[in-house]
Amino acid sequence: MLAQFLQFLFSGITVGATYALAALGFTLIYNASNVINFAQGEFIMLGGMLTVFFMEVGLPMPAAIALAVLVPAIVGVLVEKLAIEPAKGAETVTLIIITIGCSLIIRGIVQVWLGKNTHTLPPFTGGEPIAILGATLLPQSLWVLGVTAVVVAALWYFFSRTLAGKAILATSFNPVAAQLVGINTSWVLFISFALSAALGALGGILVAPITLTSYDIGIMLGLKGFVAAVVGGLGSGLGAVLGGLLVGIVEAMSAGYISSAYKDAVPFLLILAILFFMPRGLFGAKVTERV
Amino acid sequence: MTRSPYFGLYLVAAVLLVLPFVLPNAFYMDLAIRMAINAVIVLGLNLLIGFAGQISLGHAGFIGIGAYASAVLTTHFNWHPLFAMAAGATASAILAALVARPIFKLKGHYLAMATLGLGIILSIVITNEGAYTGGPDGMPVPGFALFGFELSGEKHWYWVVAAVLAISIWASLNLIDSPFGRALRALHGSEVAAQVVGVDVVRYKVAIFVMSAVFASLMGSVTAHYVGFVTPGVAGFFHSIELVTMVVVGGMASVYGSLIGAVLLTALPQALATFEGWETVAFGAILVLCMIFMPKGLVPTLAAKFGRKG
Repeated sequence: MLAQFLQFLFSGITVGATYALAALGFTLIYNASNVINFAQGEFIMLGGMLTVFFMEVGLPMPAAIALAVLVPAIVGVLVEKLAIEPAKGAETVTLIIITIGCSLIIRGIVQVWLGKNTHTLPPFTGGEPIAILGATLLPQSLWVLGVTAVVVAALWYFFSRTLAGKAILATSFNPVAAQLVGINTSWVLFISFALSAALGALGGILVAPITLTSYDIGIMLGLKGFVAAVVGGLGSGLGAVLGGLLVGIVEAMSAGYISSAYKDAVPFLLILAILFFMPRGLFGAKVTERV
Repeated sequence: MTRSPYFGLYLVAAVLLVLPFVLPNAFYMDLAIRMAINAVIVLGLNLLIGFAGQISLGHAGFIGIGAYASAVLTTHFNWHPLFAMAAGATASAILAALVARPIFKLKGHYLAMATLGLGIILSIVITNEGAYTGGPDGMPVPGFALFGFELSGEKHWYWVVAAVLAISIWASLNLIDSPFGRALRALHGSEVAAQVVGVDVVRYKVAIFVMSAVFASLMGSVTAHYVGFVTPGVAGFFHSIELVTMVVVGGMASVYGSLIGAVLLTALPQALATFEGWETVAFGAILVLCMIFMPKGLVPTLAAKFGRKG
């Protein structure tokens, strides 16, 4: 009974950590530019697929991982420079279509370049699954949770203790005012897209040894990351992390106890239920519309 | 020179009348039928997105309800296709009305999230209820017979769909010039201001959402009977995105834009088929370029260039 519950909980927080990283990516870009980046899921896919590719060409795993974070970060910057910035000031739905166009381009290129096969990555470290109260925890899950915790802590430090981080926050509150006090706002956009792509890729790499990877996993993972970002309330960093974990746990629990066929529907039912009662998510700021 | 507001409609009607006699073969007839079906759906969606300013990223869900109502009720329960189609439309209307009130309290990206979620849930239900729907493989749909006359082949379907399209354009043109249409545009401009002048904002949003859902559901049923087969893809996220893309590429809040958007984006995959493997990349690149250079869409951009109202 307890063992089963723990088992579902472990798998929930492991996947949830990936959603949390994706949700943080959504949040960063949303704060910097008010854009919901529907290409976020493709960065998750790129992380896993590029690690596979770089290892196949013979690089050692740490180097492959480093490159698989770096390349998506560059792709993120390209998306911002070539597609988002030229369309500045366009309507929400126009920007949504632009980011979806970008995600199709990325997915299409990977599909042609690396094929449609499903790939797997070896776990970062070997070792037996760890037994806790009758449930088992994969060492890879510890990697996922550990790295996510470090990343979240580092982001918190960056945004609350460094000048660069505060400049990004200032831009997200009011771009014009930020510019007036001398913040280079186009640099802020640059950093936000690079960082959010890198976060997504990292999540994709961490979870690839557990869940497998292929060119088309980005759609669902990205949408669930979006759900996680909205659960917490768009724009809230803490909300994104808690939202990611919540979505992961609820999904794993309902897959275990109710129906695994409807596992993918659960995050969306959850978000509809939350939005019906709390139209701005759990931690979203209250705003009043100006006329 | 002032022109009748129906000038465009007469033009479309003329093209629709001539088309079957100039199209070389069944392949192009089929393409024309699918363009017309999409155009009707996009007209409805454009009323919601373009005129009322409310986004929906889950509209394919309603197409799925219509298509599968027609497929399942006629196959498993021996319903007459007409009643099955009506049942699908009714179900879509009820679902849309039920979720509309809580959903349309939401704005911007929250609204996008909620409608996206609704569409995905519907498509997962269709995929999972394999006993009725055939699951991911889909299921065959019987033909459509009315008063002993069976619709078969491209020729029959073409005239039905062309008539539906002409009527839809006529209805849309009238609707947007009615008090109802003006109320929609008012709430798009500013909800608070619309409320101040006495527009019941919630009622109008619900009404237009239900209406566009019914459009989608009916055309879903038509597609199912015409193609003779349905797969869960009709209700999928990507189909929803395709429809929104048709609205935006053609031109938001433009009746003829909806038509152009549907025609172009239905033809595009056919045109890209020659790229062998690179279709997805090309499709994505075209979307991005269109949106960067014509953020208002094709018809409004061209209309502005040539000094006419779209």
